[in-house]
Amino acid sequence: MTTEAIRATDVSKVFNLGKTNQVAALLNIDLVIEPGEFVTLIGPSGCGKSTLLRLIASLIPTTSGSISVNGKTAEQARLDQDYGMAFQKAGLFDWRTVAKNIELPLELMGWKSSERKARSKEMLDLVQLGDFGNHHPAELSGGMQQRVAIARALSFKPSLLLMDEPFGALDEMTREHVQDELLRIWQDTDTTVVFVTHSVPEAVYLSTRVVVMSPRPGQISTMIDVDLGGRNQFTRDDPGFHQAVTEVRKALRVVGA
Amino acid sequence: MHGIKELAERHEVTHNATKQQSPQSLRRMTGVPATDVGQELVDPIIREQLLAQQVATADRRDSVVRAVRRILVFVVFVFLLGLLYTAYKAFGSSIDDAQSQWPVIGSVLPRADDLNMPPISDIVSQFGERRNPEANSYARILLGEALFTLREAAVGFLVGGIVGLGIAIALARSRWLDKGLLPYIIASQTIPLIAIAPIVVVWGRKNLDFFPWEWQDWMSVSIIATYLTFFPIAVNGLRGLQSPTSAEFELMSSYAATWNQTLWRLRFPAAVPHLFAAFKIAASGSVVGAIVGEISAGVTGGLGRRLLNEAFNYTTGPQRLYASVIGAALLGITVFLVVTATERVVLAKQNRESI
Repeated sequence: MTTEAIRATDVSKVFNLGKTNQVAALLNIDLVIEPGEFVTLIGPSGCGKSTLLRLIASLIPTTSGSISVNGKTAEQARLDQDYGMAFQKAGLFDWRTVAKNIELPLELMGWKSSERKARSKEMLDLVQLGDFGNHHPAELSGGMQQRVAIARALSFKPSLLLMDEPFGALDEMTREHVQDELLRIWQDTDTTVVFVTHSVPEAVYLSTRVVVMSPRPGQISTMIDVDLGGRNQFTRDDPGFHQAVTEVRKALRVVGA
Repeated sequence: MHGIKELAERHEVTHNATKQQSPQSLRRMTGVPATDVGQELVDPIIREQLLAQQVATADRRDSVVRAVRRILVFVVFVFLLGLLYTAYKAFGSSIDDAQSQWPVIGSVLPRADDLNMPPISDIVSQFGERRNPEANSYARILLGEALFTLREAAVGFLVGGIVGLGIAIALARSRWLDKGLLPYIIASQTIPLIAIAPIVVVWGRKNLDFFPWEWQDWMSVSIIATYLTFFPIAVNGLRGLQSPTSAEFELMSSYAATWNQTLWRLRFPAAVPHLFAAFKIAASGSVVGAIVGEISAGVTGGLGRRLLNEAFNYTTGPQRLYASVIGAALLGITVFLVVTATERVVLAKQNRESI
């Protein structure tokens, strides 16, 4: 039996506990994600989907319940660098070249310079930005910057990729292009992906499972399995795709989005 | 940067590769219409590279033009300043005679005679003045004294930079220190320099003899200069170290980066533009600190003592004080320009803007 990539058991998160501005962000979340899955968290704003991602990443502590990542505590998984993370803003360091940005996590892990260079080159090819290693982030378009951020998150080949609305700020055409690229990378690298979004078509197009969440306090209301096979340029016109989109939309309507 | 020759070669290669294709299919492939330039068909990618090269050349030319223009503006500015000085002097020397007609103006506006405002020609020729034919010119003497002061200022700047940065890092590290220490650091700047200068000199002679070298008075002046330089570097440095966004800190923490790793890979690089802004203030401050330090500590050999002496002997040669003030100003400007040039090189390398 393989270890689950993520297991959240009865997880709750309350911000400002005991103060007048106390907010219950998440309540009794139970979620199991198997290795190799592409799971999307979707829901109206304020439903705690980003909070759940941050709890998995151990960037903030849980109020109650437990989260294990790769069979360890979330904290230990963070310290062991079991996951790579990409945020809504690419968050590249503008004083570093693109290649040096990708090498950042490797530097922190104490990789040798030659190994870092080889890996960043490999990652640049993976996101099809092979010629841009020596450019600075400011010279790249938003979509290219996001691809660099993905390359950075994947540079040390973590088994888990956590993405917090990474394509939220991109225009529709760039977004679809980067989505295809992400799917290709996911298929090529055997990574488990947890992806937060508020776009229904994006969730359906990308994931094997869509987790619909309801707000105040954030709870999991439904999970919808998506089985569309390999995605291609025709997938978005596929009746199965539209059916799944409708299903997710209905689920969101139920939770009051 | 691609050489023209290399471009031409690539052009060949591209052409060989696409020889079989009609312009229509080329257009379809690239999405951009192939353009005829002169006799040849230039494909869009090569054309774009050629254009980029032209832009780069034009940029370089522009930066030369800008530099020349800046120097010209400076020369014109100095000339106008001299003109204004002379014009006021001409007007000011007539005030005395006119006092009966304009009593108010006569008593408010400063009078201008050769003692108040020595003629520019006197000030300029003072630089070439020699005490005796074998002696160094006044300009040469000023240069030597400026270098003496520069050494004090440079050491003060360096020590101030290290101390300031150390304080900034300590305050960034601990919220408790930030709250507790910052008020005292700000308060330290309210103590006048001339009050602490003699203390530092006496203290240095008595207590700092554990160094491998003999303590010299100019080192005390450097410490006085440090007093002016560490402050802007500490305050701006702290702001810079705290400038990364919470998302950037979160990213580092997602990599399980230690505080030191975050300091050197995120906080410090983010602080660089802030630090250069501080260095500019501190550089001028170190020169001022060194000059004032020399005067109040009674150290001889630098511009501070020079200014003090010339002020003392003002009535017998006002142009000498004017000339030495110009010398001190040139020293300050030089130091400032060195820091600005360094900033430009460092930030250009990182493709960043000055703040």
